Amino acid sequence: MKSRPLVLASIAVTVALSAPAHAQVEIHWWHSMTAVNNEWVNDLANDFNASQKDYKIVPTYKGTYDVSMTTAVAAFRAGQGPHILQVFEVGTATMMASKGAVVPVTQVMKDAGFKFDPAAYIPAVAGYYTAPNGQMLSFPLNSSTTVFYINKDAFKAAGIDTSKAPATWPEVALAAAKLKASGHKCPLTIAWQGWTQLESFSTWHNVELATKSNGLKGLDARLVANSPLHVRHIENLANMSKQGLFIYKGRANVPEASFVSGECAMITTSSGFYGNVKKNAKFDFALASLPYYPDVPGAPQNTVIGGASLWVLAGKKPAEYKGVATFFNYLSSPEVQSASHKRTGYLPITMAAFALTEKSGFYKENPGTDTAVNQMVRKVTDKSRGIRLGNYVQIRTIEDEEFENVWGGKKTAQEGLDSIVKRGNELLERFEKASKGG
Amino acid sequence: MAAEKRVTFRSPWLPWALLAPQVVIIALFFFWPAGQALLQSLQQSDAFGTSVEWVGLENFRNLWNDETYLASFVTTAVFSVLVASLGLSLSLLLAVFADRIVKGSGIYRTLLIWPYAVAPAVAGVLWLFMFAPSVGIVSYMLREGGFEWNHLLNGNHAMALIVMAAVWKQIAYNFLFFLAGLQSIPKSLIEAAAIDGAGPWRRFWTIQFPLLSPTTFFLLVINVVYVLLDTFAIVDAATSGGPGKDTSILVYKLYYDGFKALDLGGSAAQSVVLMVIVVIFTVVQFRFVEKKVNY
Repeated sequence: MKSRPLVLASIAVTVALSAPAHAQVEIHWWHSMTAVNNEWVNDLANDFNASQKDYKIVPTYKGTYDVSMTTAVAAFRAGQGPHILQVFEVGTATMMASKGAVVPVTQVMKDAGFKFDPAAYIPAVAGYYTAPNGQMLSFPLNSSTTVFYINKDAFKAAGIDTSKAPATWPEVALAAAKLKASGHKCPLTIAWQGWTQLESFSTWHNVELATKSNGLKGLDARLVANSPLHVRHIENLANMSKQGLFIYKGRANVPEASFVSGECAMITTSSGFYGNVKKNAKFDFALASLPYYPDVPGAPQNTVIGGASLWVLAGKKPAEYKGVATFFNYLSSPEVQSASHKRTGYLPITMAAFALTEKSGFYKENPGTDTAVNQMVRKVTDKSRGIRLGNYVQIRTIEDEEFENVWGGKKTAQEGLDSIVKRGNELLERFEKASKGG
Repeated sequence: MAAEKRVTFRSPWLPWALLAPQVVIIALFFFWPAGQALLQSLQQSDAFGTSVEWVGLENFRNLWNDETYLASFVTTAVFSVLVASLGLSLSLLLAVFADRIVKGSGIYRTLLIWPYAVAPAVAGVLWLFMFAPSVGIVSYMLREGGFEWNHLLNGNHAMALIVMAAVWKQIAYNFLFFLAGLQSIPKSLIEAAAIDGAGPWRRFWTIQFPLLSPTTFFLLVINVVYVLLDTFAIVDAATSGGPGKDTSILVYKLYYDGFKALDLGGSAAQSVVLMVIVVIFTVVQFRFVEKKVNY
């Protein structure tokens, strides 16, 4: 009887010795990061793989956010999905509704025995990815927010003071007029128009984009983005478009190229654009907070996040989930997060990482890089905590379509916004029904 | 006019055996997916398919209640008529010219057939580059000429852009068939007409064009099917259906809802509608247009 454990032990030793060659668990990670951010993602995986021997993270670029999500859906249906999938913020409600397809991050971390404290995260970040029951469903990787960039050289050429970027919309209009008068062809452009001019605009002015705390409190949320303040702002932009002060350059992040090339002097877009500008712009630029209307009480409040988070897909082996948890634990360390933040311009995500970055003197050396964080770390209100609306991919497209109608003069601001609300609410009703039924 | 030809087989299974490969291919690549689409159009599910619910005709009702979907029928009609008429007439013109060329005809033909090898998405991007409002070469020249081109905000410009891309993409295919059709017309007929004193214009309209009618009819069917089903990549790459919904044709909306918005039920319902439209169109063409065709 006594020899038996011995035999087992010797088998265990043999297995353990041969383990490094065979037992390394591969974790597949599908993402949508390109160019400088692709290098960043690969470095994260390589550094983690070098830090331990049990798991190997294999990052794979699977196309833009919507393409990789579609690919993952198809792969999951065929039983071949990845362990970790990077999903953009507008896909959040869809992922949350797919209960059988994902494993909540809180669960993954708990099962693996790691400490996971959602309170360590910047509130507006954690709030975005937390279910109504307080469980954090996905792991925030690259969170960005909406900021404002100006081309200082163009400002100087137009004789505008560059010590302070325009902080309010009236100041932006004034600067744009001066730029135009000095012969500038494209004073202002706007990327991610739905995100910057409706979502962030709403939270920044502490007005609701949708009821039920913008959808965080329930599936019966409905859009209310046609309030007098929304109409006033969109009307302003439509007038600027008519006067050639705001030049429409396309959907999503397409307009960003016109800022980097120097064609457009001001742009509202993602803070994640910083790495690109810093590397490629051949002019002096500055980062500033999103403009606001000074007469609106409570403004500026906080902006809303964008970017993406990591979702853990269901149907994998326990050992693999342990690997996922180990990787997330590695990503959570303030050192890793602070390094990522400095490198990419994405938010530091945790308060500890923000403090660490501040202590390192990074913000002093690179003025403006703390803009995004400062817009986010404020105490959030029920109207500004985040946005979670079903079928949001389609709603963003509706916003694009109706805005194009407004900028082109086919519809007034009121008509365009009314139409966004009407068409968007039809989709929200459908989503509510489908999620309740399923 | 045309007497029907009937071939009689001695053994009853031989015709079936000869048909079998084609039947298998059609079943695999058409009937099976079409059946799937029919099933899915009656379902609603979350993106990952973990919960599937039978909803009857609700997906179709949603479409019917969607004003923008109904509007896209008009957009599609405009787009189809423009692409089919421009595509056919331009390629016929080119084919007639190419048919008359004596020297270096191989080079002309190769160059004209080339665009067929280009993927639709690439065609869309190519034209988009040329017409990009701030950097495109053509939009630059238009601006110099005093014409402000902006397909990002002007729906007519956007429609013109995708029509050009779609026509350019299809010209090669049409050209190839027209040229073959022209060359199969016996020279003696044309020569006889020439001796009788008919000019080139007259010869074309009274001899070549009528004799080309089977080719033209075939191409009309193919072009309409191409426009209705095969142009989403061009739209996606060039305009994404914008500005507003001005270039959102039926097949683009279908592609968008299914592959970008992951609404498989709604997308399947649209594909069923589109399938019905294409079938009706083809039947109508065969019943009414074909009567005017001389074989």
